Amino acid sequence: MKTICFYFQIHQPFRLKRYRFFDIGEDHYYYDDFTNEQIMQRVAANSFLPANQLLLELINAHKGKFRVAFSFSGVALDQLELYAPEVIESFQQLAKTGCVEFLAETYAHSLSSVMDEDEFRLQVRQQQKHIERLFGMKPKAFRNTELIYSDEIGEIIYSLGFKTVITDGAKAVLGWKSPNFVYQSATNPNLKLLLKNNKLSDDIAFRFSNYNWSEYPLVADKFIDWIVRTPDNEQVVNLFMNYETFGNLQPRESGIFDFLRALPAFAFKQGIEFLTPSEVTLKLKTVGPISIPNPISWADEENDLSSWMGNDLQREALTKLYSVAERVRLCKDHRLLQDWNYLQTSDHFFYMSTKQFTDGGLYKYFSPYDSPFEAFTNYMNVLSDFMERVEAQYPTSVDNEELNSLLTTIENQEKTIASLEKEVRQLRRSSARSEKPAPAKAPRKAAAPKKK
Amino acid sequence: MLRRRLYPIIERSEIMKALMFGWEFPPHILGGLGTASFGLTRGMALQPDMEITFVIPKPFGDEDQSFLKIIGACNTPVVWHDVNWDTLENRFGSYMSPQQYYDLRSHIYADFRYLHTNDLGCIEFSGRYPDNLLEEINNYSICAGVIARTEEFDIIHSHDWLTYPAGIHAKNVSGKPLVIHVHATDFDRSRGNVNPDVYRIEKDGMDNADHIICVSNLTRNTVINNYHQDPAKVSTVHNAVEPVSREIEEIEPIRHTQQKIVTFLGRITMQKGPEYFVEAAYRVLQKTDKVRFVMAGSGDMMDAMIRLVAKRGIADKFHFPGFQKGKQVYTMLKSSDVYIMPSVSEPFGISPLEAMQVGVPSIISKQSGCAEILNNVIKTDYWDIDAIADAIYSIVTYPAMYKFLREQGKAEVDEIKWEYAGRKVRKIYDQVLGR
Repeated sequence: MKTICFYFQIHQPFRLKRYRFFDIGEDHYYYDDFTNEQIMQRVAANSFLPANQLLLELINAHKGKFRVAFSFSGVALDQLELYAPEVIESFQQLAKTGCVEFLAETYAHSLSSVMDEDEFRLQVRQQQKHIERLFGMKPKAFRNTELIYSDEIGEIIYSLGFKTVITDGAKAVLGWKSPNFVYQSATNPNLKLLLKNNKLSDDIAFRFSNYNWSEYPLVADKFIDWIVRTPDNEQVVNLFMNYETFGNLQPRESGIFDFLRALPAFAFKQGIEFLTPSEVTLKLKTVGPISIPNPISWADEENDLSSWMGNDLQREALTKLYSVAERVRLCKDHRLLQDWNYLQTSDHFFYMSTKQFTDGGLYKYFSPYDSPFEAFTNYMNVLSDFMERVEAQYPTSVDNEELNSLLTTIENQEKTIASLEKEVRQLRRSSARSEKPAPAKAPRKAAAPKKK
Repeated sequence: MLRRRLYPIIERSEIMKALMFGWEFPPHILGGLGTASFGLTRGMALQPDMEITFVIPKPFGDEDQSFLKIIGACNTPVVWHDVNWDTLENRFGSYMSPQQYYDLRSHIYADFRYLHTNDLGCIEFSGRYPDNLLEEINNYSICAGVIARTEEFDIIHSHDWLTYPAGIHAKNVSGKPLVIHVHATDFDRSRGNVNPDVYRIEKDGMDNADHIICVSNLTRNTVINNYHQDPAKVSTVHNAVEPVSREIEEIEPIRHTQQKIVTFLGRITMQKGPEYFVEAAYRVLQKTDKVRFVMAGSGDMMDAMIRLVAKRGIADKFHFPGFQKGKQVYTMLKSSDVYIMPSVSEPFGISPLEAMQVGVPSIISKQSGCAEILNNVIKTDYWDIDAIADAIYSIVTYPAMYKFLREQGKAEVDEIKWEYAGRKVRKIYDQVLGR
């Protein structure tokens, strides 16, 4: 019996507004609300809402046999809550059916997995909590930003308690092997890997409405037929794609919704079942280890990190950003922490890619900037302001360890003060009870050291 | 030379002979036209079956004639005089053979004794852009008649409007097709207030041309829309750059200060948008004082710019070193951290390419023709002072930006070669001649 494993990514970055250098130090708000709202609402209306509606119908119609998985970035959830809360509601409805799995990833859709391990751990936890709060279930399977994965990252993911990871079926890694099996990490046999079937996923995500494609038009029975014809021993077809494929990247007129609507029925007719990633790794056996020494991703032909850290501009921006990571983590200012998350989103670095000079399409489609240089300048201006704010909170003249110990001292003092105050109150209450008429006129609260 | 030997068996009839009319030729140049003419002809001469005769108003004798033949209009007789060989040898023997003079003399086609000529029967030319430019253009075209009757050629190629009348004349005399090369139009020079005389000459040239070559799509659009030409006969061949010579490469930059230097280099005229540079400089200096600005060149807006700089109160950081020539240009470029060309309308604009060659990051306006072929530069609208200021700030503040543009810009511009442009022009010749 063959299995289809659907997983959909939902992500939108907080695009930055035009931020000139003379705004540095003057203006601490960085986001292009108008564009972000417009795009989010458009995507919600064209894609998320109708697609959710359809999935709900399918799940109900097939009595729970049709199952899918979603992965949200925290920044996308924040934007949905801001601009299209009805989408969250409709996902909650889906969650109630029990046929939907939610995956874990980094909150900021960041590159922290390759830049900063501590940050990575923090963000995954943050994201897990967020998903639990919204949908009432704790994610058990993990997918990293843009499916970035390597053996080293796998170790961290496993130590965070995940046993299933989703990544790309990159040619460079698989070679002659087929992505249609469950593999295990070469360094840790308990960590199971699901690899994206690039051909079949991209047939839907990128080629569906391409008139020049020899297989156009793609219809559900043909697609299922392709899956049936894969060798008998191949177990699972992992179809991983951007959720916006439905209705936004492939417009409604292309018939993408009808395709999706027809798919399960044809699949069941051929004896193909649907499972979510965690269910797949529970049910199916692994066929062997696979070693991924260098990070891979699902971007471009190269399937590496060159889209985000391929040139000097991108590397400089990333290094500068993460140079303040430790400091930022010490601070408690909510706005600063929020900006810290939003600035880490991988899209900002994608816009700086100079690969667009050679193969423009995708970069030009997503980037709000005219050129990678504009993207870099704008980002660096924002980052300069951000770093000034961090500096203002904790000047670099104090080194991290010293600062940390000072902060701990303050925190401990606060705790002591709190407990002492409590004691004073209790004593006062008991003393008041014992000698009722006496006017309580004890000096309240000694000079508590004020928190800066 | 080597290539010629590699292809020894080329029949005379297969050789493409072009008669070109130009106004400037290095080393004596006044603007971009001379540089472009030189580069293009040199790039074309790399084709083994290409022969070029280049006519200019006034050769100085030190032009490089290794890959083409230069004929000076000022050495072309229009009135018959009996001159002996030795006299001619003394006068211009170093760059033109007396025999050439005699050949030309045999083709005088009308009585031009009413014109002012010298003892050789030649008309004097300034070779520059004098006040009586229209008269000089007319005289040039008279000489072109003599040359066209003397020389053997397959195609005529006229560079810029000054030589269009000569091209038309040569076409009428010989019946050979005319290709004109639009290096600029009067719409670029005047921000729209065209001079009717110039427009008439330009339009006449385009109407009579069998094909029109423009240096950018920007110019091509102007030619199609403002001169009402059939798009089918208008092509774009982007300019290129000559590789930097050893001599230039060895020039040492002059740095007496740790401060960054932002340079504008060119004519200080309306077309080049100098005022946008001053305003952008003013913005940058409000945020940082580690930058200096240089506006090198001269022009009719220089005084106004000096006044503007004073009014903004940035005269201590903004410098006017005046017109730069020859090696000074490269010393200036090499000593800069940023090169800027905020031109309002630039048909091509070769100077940012030269800056990139010596590793200087460039900022150019989107209204420049060269923006069409360059990737590793920052492009802004010429009027967008904030964007220009932001770009300057970015390059002088973020080292990665400077390094990236410096390295990638140089790599990119090193691949923009005249040889490729020359091949495109050759294709157009073949197409026009139906070969």
